[in-house]
Amino acid sequence: MQKALSGFAGLALALLGFGSANAQDSVKVGLIMSYSGQFADTAAQIDNGIKLYVKQHGDTVAGKKIELIRKDTGGIAPDIAKRLAQELVVRDNADIFAGFALTPNALAAADVSAEAKKFMVVMNAATAIITTKSPYIARTSSTTPQLNYTLGTWAAKNGIKTAYTMVSDYGPGIDAETWFQTGFKEGGGQIVGSVRFPVANPDFSAFIQAAKDKNPDAIYIWIPGGTQPAAVGKALAERGIDPAKTKVLGQDALGDETALKSMGDASIGIITVSDYDYTHKSPLNQQFVKAFNDEFHRNPDFFAVGGYDGTHLIYQALNKAGGKTDGDSLIAAAKGMAWESPRGQISIDPETRDIVQTVYIRRVQKVGDRLENVEFDSVPNVKDPAKARMTH
Amino acid sequence: MTSATIAGPHEVLRAQTRWHWSEIAFWLATLLPFVLTPTYLVLGSQIAITALFALSLDLILGFSGIVSLGHAAYFGVGAYTAGLLSTWGWGEPLTGLAAAALAAGLFGYLTSFIIARFRHLALIMITLGIGLVLQEAANSASWLTGGFDGLQGIHTWPIFGALRFDLYGYTAYGYALAGLFVIFLVARRLIHSPFGLALRGIRENNQRMAAIGAPTRAHIRTIYTIAAIIAGIAGAMLAQTTETVSLEALGFQRSADVLVMLILGGTGRLYGGLIGAAVYMVARDQFSGLNPQYWYFWIGVLLIAVVMLLPNGILGGLSLLARRAKAMS
Amino acid sequence: MPPVFGVLFDGLAYGMLLFLLSVGLSVTLGMMNFVNLAHCSFAMLGGYVTVTLTNDFGWPFFATLPAAFVAAAAASAVLEQVFFRRFYNAGELDQCLLTIGIVFISIAAAAYIYGTINQPVQLPAYLQGSIAFQGLTLSIYRLFLIGIALLITIALVAMLEATRFGAQVRAAVNNQRMARGLGINVDALFALTFALGSGLAGLGGALAIQLVGLDPSFAFTYLIYVLIVVSVGGLGSISGSFAAAMLLGVSDVAGKYYVPAIGAFLIYLVMVVLLMWRPTGIFGRRA
Repeated sequence: MQKALSGFAGLALALLGFGSANAQDSVKVGLIMSYSGQFADTAAQIDNGIKLYVKQHGDTVAGKKIELIRKDTGGIAPDIAKRLAQELVVRDNADIFAGFALTPNALAAADVSAEAKKFMVVMNAATAIITTKSPYIARTSSTTPQLNYTLGTWAAKNGIKTAYTMVSDYGPGIDAETWFQTGFKEGGGQIVGSVRFPVANPDFSAFIQAAKDKNPDAIYIWIPGGTQPAAVGKALAERGIDPAKTKVLGQDALGDETALKSMGDASIGIITVSDYDYTHKSPLNQQFVKAFNDEFHRNPDFFAVGGYDGTHLIYQALNKAGGKTDGDSLIAAAKGMAWESPRGQISIDPETRDIVQTVYIRRVQKVGDRLENVEFDSVPNVKDPAKARMTH
Repeated sequence: MTSATIAGPHEVLRAQTRWHWSEIAFWLATLLPFVLTPTYLVLGSQIAITALFALSLDLILGFSGIVSLGHAAYFGVGAYTAGLLSTWGWGEPLTGLAAAALAAGLFGYLTSFIIARFRHLALIMITLGIGLVLQEAANSASWLTGGFDGLQGIHTWPIFGALRFDLYGYTAYGYALAGLFVIFLVARRLIHSPFGLALRGIRENNQRMAAIGAPTRAHIRTIYTIAAIIAGIAGAMLAQTTETVSLEALGFQRSADVLVMLILGGTGRLYGGLIGAAVYMVARDQFSGLNPQYWYFWIGVLLIAVVMLLPNGILGGLSLLARRAKAMS
Repeated sequence: MPPVFGVLFDGLAYGMLLFLLSVGLSVTLGMMNFVNLAHCSFAMLGGYVTVTLTNDFGWPFFATLPAAFVAAAAASAVLEQVFFRRFYNAGELDQCLLTIGIVFISIAAAAYIYGTINQPVQLPAYLQGSIAFQGLTLSIYRLFLIGIALLITIALVAMLEATRFGAQVRAAVNNQRMARGLGINVDALFALTFALGSGLAGLGGALAIQLVGLDPSFAFTYLIYVLIVVSVGGLGSISGSFAAAMLLGVSDVAGKYYVPAIGAFLIYLVMVVLLMWRPTGIFGRRA
């Protein structure tokens, strides 16, 4: 009897010990992204960035194994995103949330991050307010104001007096319009007209014609990635907009690789603002691009680098926190962290937990037989202007 | 021909209103997740809400023959009403439901005047058009709806001041299930009333019903408004339990999904929407857990399999099998 | 010429594309009442055939167009024989479910094989760029598109009016039971018409890439526009589809130029108003 009891006790202890040791040995990261649907390619590239980082640095951090749990939201679905975040907490005991290609989904999951006190890394969604929704959120991509305000001020300083803005009629587009116009007007420029396209718009010729009629120095265009950049480029060429005479300004998606391929030589001269391009000249980036191509047979883009740097943040925060996985330790470790990313020097602002990085101004040029975004100007250490104005 | 061998119409109708043992088993089974699968309660609450939405579509599609590709419009109106009420400071859930029911019902009543005048493809496309126009309007009115980012700052107060909406979803599931059950009872009563019979008549042959003097358009307007009210309540519940509302609540995707779920379960059988919603959402959850990128391939296979093996939806196919089994015995 | 004509020209080209995509569905829906929501999957197939042939096999763009047509026609013929045939007498809702299942599978397959990225297409040099005409810049590709669509329309109308096949098609659309009664093999006729319609959709899909891009969600996105054209034009009517496609293409573009604030919903409002005025379509049969 004694033996049996002690045997049971030993077994129970062993199971308990084994169980808790097991739980302590792994860190579960829930990746909530739009793996299927319209935004599937964005999620695929972010995921590629994450996979590459894990491949290069192993899946053990601070003595613990990283376990990635992938959850699909199917597109814009904040109710599903919130449910997935809740299930990650109650069912999978996840320690960290990451991913988030889309703002509504990030905002919904932020509630869960705040309530369950989980560290959350936003790797793409770009609306400024996201990091304010939970004290445990850090972002490694960019914010719409950060890029577009910088472009606006740059444009005003570089000889562009009048501009016509055209954006997609939904959150990020309207955000971009607001911040570009603010930057441009503060720099002394004048907005001669603006229009908002319907979100799923296939045909831009009418809008481009209206812009041409106003004869501005520059046309500023904001559209989401996918099929639209190429369609815009073609409409620009068809309506006879010559980028040498009328500057065409836009955000990264307009200069996206497939867009340039579709537009062909008509895209030469388009100026875009971004935090990353695969042609960025740095030894780290060249290694990164080569490794990415070897693994995935395509070039990385700003989505991929958001995923790559986000994973870096998770790893380094875990290291710095000594393997502790609770939200408070991890966010404290993440604040102020600075490192060299394939895009350049970046850091996490300790006050806002948002990304601080160099913003590049690029122009489309023919390099050899390829069309590339060539960086010709940059603004270093740009903080998110939206939050800067919120606190002052 | 004695009346003993042919059941009179009253007996037939009364027999239909009796509760079958399988129905009681079904409702008891909905309580199981509380004990068996407590980590799935949030999914359960969303299934219950979608089931309620599918039930409202069944009332117009299955029972009255109105095919709608824009039913999410009423779901969305209800969701935004409850959400806005909360952002304006009033987060009490039950009065939120009442407000949503009122708003969705009003919108449903107004649009029913258009709906009642058309049939077939024109009706389908008009409902689609109304839904799409509403979606664009909601996007443009982003000062009110929060636009793409969605409504922020929704906070639902605890029910009766005591039951808080928790992370696990106990309250959410209980709330959604209770709502579903109560409204189901109402719908069941409605379907088995003379009004319900008239609706079925309209579905089968609109012209003949008009010929015998039934006020077909008034009936259609009534059921459409009722369906809109129920859809609005479902939408409000989603807004309250998830504390988020965004444009996709009234989007085409949502209308199309609920239609697929209803057809999957079987139209015109009250339980079809509930079964269809449960099967589709559980399948989707499981498939996307296994294969986040291509899960809809398996959903496609599921849909085709159901169509091939179970004509008229799951319930339709099952009742056919049951009839065959009875005929053989 | 005022710039509005350039914009109208673009709208016309867009309308022609919508026509090519929709005409097949209009005729098959009118003839057999078979709800084929997978119609745009065949269009998508045509697009991907062109992409594969030009990018991987180096075929010239022009040569891939008949290939896209044939591939889509063949695929639809196979599906029709194997699957759809059994559901002609099934309810419309079951047909919806079946064809939506096929759409899901086609989207997943496209995403798996080609990835979710937007596909570029290599146009030959003579199709690129634009020409100046009376102060307007007209895109050469859009001229080409309008040209091809007009040729096909003429061919379709000629076939319908002047050939025996066409007469049989018109009879079957008009009154299927009577046509059968006269000994017309409606099933074989339908199989052929179905293949032809899907082939045209495939061609439309191939031509669409340059104008609106191609990715796996094409099958769903364009389904809505096609349904709008078919319902506004009237089931079973080629001229109806043509008129509806032109009307919608032009009003869409004109709306965006003159009233961009409501440009998005103009096409839906136009549809709702037209359907309320003529529920069976502009050239549809009276019920």
